[in-house]
Amino acid sequence: MALENILILAAASLLWATTFRNHGRTWFMLIASVVVIFWLQPAVPIRGADFFTPLATLVLVVLTWFITADDATRKQRKNIIILLVIASVVLFLNLTRFLPADFQLLTPSRPPQLTTTLIIFLVTGLTLLVLSRLTRFSASFLTVSLLLTIGLFLLIKIPTLSLWLSSFLRTLSGQSLTNVSINDFRWLGFSYVAFRLIHTIRDKQSGRFPSVDVVEFITYVIFFPAFTAGPIDRLERFIKDLRAPFAGLNLENFYSAGQRLLLGLFKKFVIADALALIALNDSNATQVTSTFWMWVIVYAYAFQIYFDFSGYTDVALGIAQLLGIKLPENFASPYLKPNLTQFWNNWHMTLTQWFRAYFFNPITRWLRSWEKPMSIPMMILLTQVATMLLIGFWHGVTWNFTLWGLWHGLGLFIHNRWNDATKAKAAAWATTPAKQAALNISGILLTFHFVAIGWIFFALSSPVTSWQVILKLFRAH
Amino acid sequence: MNQEIKPLNVLIKGLFVFALFNLVIAAWQPNVGQFSLYNILYPGRERLPFGENPKQSYNLSLFDLDAMFASHVIAGTPKTDDEFRVVIVGDSSVWGTLLKPEETLAGQLNTDNLNACGKTVRAYNLGYPTISLTKDVMLLSYGMQYNPDLIIWMTTLDAFPVEKQTSTPLVANNEEKVRELATSDQLRVEADDSNFEVKNFWQKTFIGDRRAWADFFRLQIYGVMWSATGIDQVYPSEYEKAQTDFEAEDSYHDLTAPLTEDDLAINALETGFRVAGETPMLLVNEPMLISSGVNSDIRYNFFYPRWAYDEYREIMTSLSQRNDWMYVDLWDVVPANEFTNSAIHLTPAGENLLAENLAPYILENCK
Repeated sequence: MALENILILAAASLLWATTFRNHGRTWFMLIASVVVIFWLQPAVPIRGADFFTPLATLVLVVLTWFITADDATRKQRKNIIILLVIASVVLFLNLTRFLPADFQLLTPSRPPQLTTTLIIFLVTGLTLLVLSRLTRFSASFLTVSLLLTIGLFLLIKIPTLSLWLSSFLRTLSGQSLTNVSINDFRWLGFSYVAFRLIHTIRDKQSGRFPSVDVVEFITYVIFFPAFTAGPIDRLERFIKDLRAPFAGLNLENFYSAGQRLLLGLFKKFVIADALALIALNDSNATQVTSTFWMWVIVYAYAFQIYFDFSGYTDVALGIAQLLGIKLPENFASPYLKPNLTQFWNNWHMTLTQWFRAYFFNPITRWLRSWEKPMSIPMMILLTQVATMLLIGFWHGVTWNFTLWGLWHGLGLFIHNRWNDATKAKAAAWATTPAKQAALNISGILLTFHFVAIGWIFFALSSPVTSWQVILKLFRAH
Repeated sequence: MNQEIKPLNVLIKGLFVFALFNLVIAAWQPNVGQFSLYNILYPGRERLPFGENPKQSYNLSLFDLDAMFASHVIAGTPKTDDEFRVVIVGDSSVWGTLLKPEETLAGQLNTDNLNACGKTVRAYNLGYPTISLTKDVMLLSYGMQYNPDLIIWMTTLDAFPVEKQTSTPLVANNEEKVRELATSDQLRVEADDSNFEVKNFWQKTFIGDRRAWADFFRLQIYGVMWSATGIDQVYPSEYEKAQTDFEAEDSYHDLTAPLTEDDLAINALETGFRVAGETPMLLVNEPMLISSGVNSDIRYNFFYPRWAYDEYREIMTSLSQRNDWMYVDLWDVVPANEFTNSAIHLTPAGENLLAENLAPYILENCK
């Protein structure tokens, strides 16, 4: 989100919270979120794609709600009204194609012809109609939708598949394939949308899914402050805030939200953007001439990514708080943690909690349930590495994200084993506050440097360049 | 704390504080350019900041002379007794377009390790990539505070047209400095010169002047990358070579033959010598590409028709003799194949040739 986007959204939220308070708050959040996913979607060279991708998000969310909602909620008449309102908002956005170009402010480019949008509405409506005739959804529906969401996720994260998708969409829209590129197709916010959808489907499968209507569900999945950069809230927590009466902003909440928002803006647009000028990237990685300066730009990247990401989180939390929603924290001083396990408990917390809940714990339980379970160290190695590899793939299925995941997976395993082996000795040694402080500080420094070196794989696109940077850091090149 | 908030009050208070801050900045006009991280945290730049693609060149163009000079190595290098300090002013050929710092004229002179009267010659590059005598004089005037022992002023005919004097952005955005030169050294400047960018009160506020503030901070931050890489411009692997074939066209800046001193900003040249005062100054007609392509009997190169340039050289010779200026005409010392993307931009070998030609003059002028 650019600064002007944030300021407009914050001003709109403040205005609503102070003017209308609880009247139509959920509707405001829903309609604003629907508009925002079109508004923030970046322009792409494939004709109409920057309009149809946010529309696809909406269709996917509605279908997921339909198959996860309980029968009584699904059959409520108000759902039809809500879906018609959402369709009207989309149609309104589509109709802005007839405005002069200077007034097409809510979409990244001129919206496409209405016909395709209407066909998508018709197909979605017919699908919902057919599904509504079913008296009961079998578990296979949930499995299919889970696989579909994961499939879409892989489609946009694996470069080869992305290229294929771009070629396919270019062909579909009658465009030349000469300049086809993986950057042709960008689906804003889908990484987060997919994780929220998977969370709801898995919770439905395990019987933990709360009863929510379509407004609550859509608002949860595409809630505009958290749409582009998280945090990944949990549905049952989100609806608790959404359903709680909102008496408008009091001074305390206003200060708290304003402070959070300003802090976020400062972190992102002052600190992170300044650090971005000197942070490690593909072009400067090969230009730096000395070990000292290589460390400086690696440190700059480590702090840039932290301030950028945590700044956006602060902005999301601040805007949400203006509307009476308390989104979960995502960062808790991760660089001040004395070991890698604690780092990951405090870095992008909602993502790690998600992976813990939906991958790490189930896989660990499954491995333990074997008749002849593998050894504990082996199990830890396997689960830690697999989890961190998946977190790497969440950012993109490339060699460098694989190496980054592997680096952290092995790091977590080594820390686990080291901790087991030395815990007693360390406790026996650190008997004074000074010794405890020394242990803590050395842990913080070691952990920070381990993470900072890991960022090299994250920041760069080539394993060869990453290796050259590491060699330079240690004067070996 | 459970009071009802009044957004209007919050808005008014916020706007008041913000307006006050802006008014203070506008009224105070703090001279932040003098403060620099260069020469303290990281080494000074070998040439004045200039760059059109900051993200790749780690360099940018700004108009704050204080900040520009504070980032230059000359500002952080105290002159020692055994240093023979040479400053070189001029256009992009001196600044060194497409050249690394060590490949520029100043860089090559430093590499040569010249010894003048028992002192080590240290050359400083004060060139700047726009062509205007007034711009050169303005930078020279600023550079005089660093006590040069010798000034080398590289110039060419295109720096002389009267209408080019104040139109270059660096000059246009430094009216105060230029007018100071008019008062102290008789530089001729029109009272109502419309080229100058005059900031009104609102443009001096923090918001009105945000570009200058941002440029100042970015210059400081890019110091890290300058230190880390030694890169201060983009070096493309390929570029278009200077033009050698021309249309049969011989016009030059609406001027007609014969070229006279009145057609040129001779006053700016004279001001330069006044600014130099007792410090010896070598005026150099810089090398240029002499083309042998289509219509090269009409034009020497992209910049100059033959008639204008030939007459300019005669004027320069006569002016120098009349004023007793130290002048050297090196217009043809560099062969055509040693030019890069412009008729005045030299290759490293071309700069080396130029340095060899200038070295004797440096050695002759030491005390």
